[in-house]
Amino acid sequence: MHPALSVILLTTLIGAGQGLFLALYASLVGHRLGFLASAAPMPFHLGSSALALVLLLAGLAASFFHLGHPERAWRTATCWRTSWLSREVIALPLALLGILAYGVASYLVAANGGGVANGTLLLGLGTVGALLCLALFVCTGMIYACMRFLQEWATPLTVLNFTLLGSASGFTLAAALASVMAPEQRLFFTLYALLLTVLAWLGRAASLWRNARLRRKSTLQTAIGVRHTRIRQLAQGAMGGSFNTREFFHGRSRRLLVTVKWLFLALVFALPVLLLGVALASASALPLQLAAALQLLGLIAERWYFFADAQHAQNLYYQAA
Amino acid sequence: MTQLALIIDLNVCVGCSACVTSCKEWNASGAAGPMTDRDPYGEDPTGTFFNRVQTFEVGTYPHTETVHFPKSCLHCEEPPCVPVCPTGASYKRPEDGIVLVDYDKCIGCKYCAWACPYGAREIDQQQKVMKKCTLCVDRIYDQRLPERERKPACVLACPTSARLFGDVHDPDSEVSRLIREEGGYTLMPEWGTQPANHYLPRRKTHLPIHADELLRADNPLKKEGPRRKPALDEPSLDDVTSW
Repeated sequence: MHPALSVILLTTLIGAGQGLFLALYASLVGHRLGFLASAAPMPFHLGSSALALVLLLAGLAASFFHLGHPERAWRTATCWRTSWLSREVIALPLALLGILAYGVASYLVAANGGGVANGTLLLGLGTVGALLCLALFVCTGMIYACMRFLQEWATPLTVLNFTLLGSASGFTLAAALASVMAPEQRLFFTLYALLLTVLAWLGRAASLWRNARLRRKSTLQTAIGVRHTRIRQLAQGAMGGSFNTREFFHGRSRRLLVTVKWLFLALVFALPVLLLGVALASASALPLQLAAALQLLGLIAERWYFFADAQHAQNLYYQAA
Repeated sequence: MTQLALIIDLNVCVGCSACVTSCKEWNASGAAGPMTDRDPYGEDPTGTFFNRVQTFEVGTYPHTETVHFPKSCLHCEEPPCVPVCPTGASYKRPEDGIVLVDYDKCIGCKYCAWACPYGAREIDQQQKVMKKCTLCVDRIYDQRLPERERKPACVLACPTSARLFGDVHDPDSEVSRLIREEGGYTLMPEWGTQPANHYLPRRKTHLPIHADELLRADNPLKKEGPRRKPALDEPSLDDVTSW
């Protein structure tokens, strides 16, 4: 598949925003359940909610660039009964509203003198927002996982990886923010960011392992129905390029693909795990900020690889010019 | 329930691409708007085609066969491109089973093209909507055309009659008969899309000629000429004598 920058930015940015809100919610729940001595201070709540909102809005804006007719985008919510893309288009604004509601409520609670600790309202709104963020992860992942012909994507690992990667990047971002705005919660976020990054590493490694061992269900024999052991394509029916040769092929070398794979494994998993480990020992903010930045950068590479790695069944018809 | 579809006979297709050009011409001059055709005589031509003819070589040289393979939207009975469309622009008509795109609703997100395993859908670079074979729905119901011409443009253009059009759900139609008798098959059946378009396979007609048919074994003189008249008391021999 040809990796479209607009879709890469969309999924990476909203994933980080959703993960950031989930981290914020986790700190609220953690305080209620006793894992955290105190809840994060109000500026952290407001700052994280605002950043999560900005990330989701930026992702939404980026997604409009991959549409041919963005002015008709309102129609995309109509087919939620059958289409996962339609469901995502409904879940994204709902998640935005949930995060906005939480942010506004936390501001009002603070303005009226109530502490975060007393916010049952906040817990309720936070739960709704967190559930909407999780639903959005599922919808986004299912857009790719529901296509059974794209064997690299058609696995529950796709949905799991979208959730884990988004959450890991969000928690790392929360840890980086906490090192500046909420030092008492820094350890909590760092620990869970580390845990989620390791889990995401396992999930992504599992999907890489699975994809390397994929047995293709479709062959040239089933594609044209000629049952002979040796078939090769002589012509595509067009000498120039076409939509089929541009949209479904990444057009780069095999070597670049392998390079990007090792690059994202280092930037999304290896380096952040190292930096998060260092941050557990030291009190400096730099390792956390570096980890957050590297992870986000690496996620763009990871999403690029996710798209480039997928081989569509239609490619069987476009093997030779 | 009617399901209109095409039958493509791979046994007689010669790869002339008349179907490609007639399809492009009909849809470029029709009501649905022109199809992109960029730089057609230049170095890097590209454009939107509903139907393409591909060529495959089967076997190892010198024992090879060239198979010309025209492919357009297969109008699947379980079309994977219909449920994934977020705006409902992609739909299958219940009355005749043709899968169509509503150009006024399509946002050009390309999700349907990702969902089609056959690569039958393309985005039109100028109109920025997804387009595909319409089975010439604007021709087959057009009462202004004579009865004979109410068929898809590609079917009329094919010089070898490799493309046939009909209702595959009607067991008495010509297309259903051919599928039954000639072993018509669908593409990539493993994905369960149940395409309506079928392909007729390559077949070899064997005509065994015995040596006796070329040179009669019971002609000892190896000569087919006038035979002598037998005497009245002689028996007549069909191969040697003749009245």
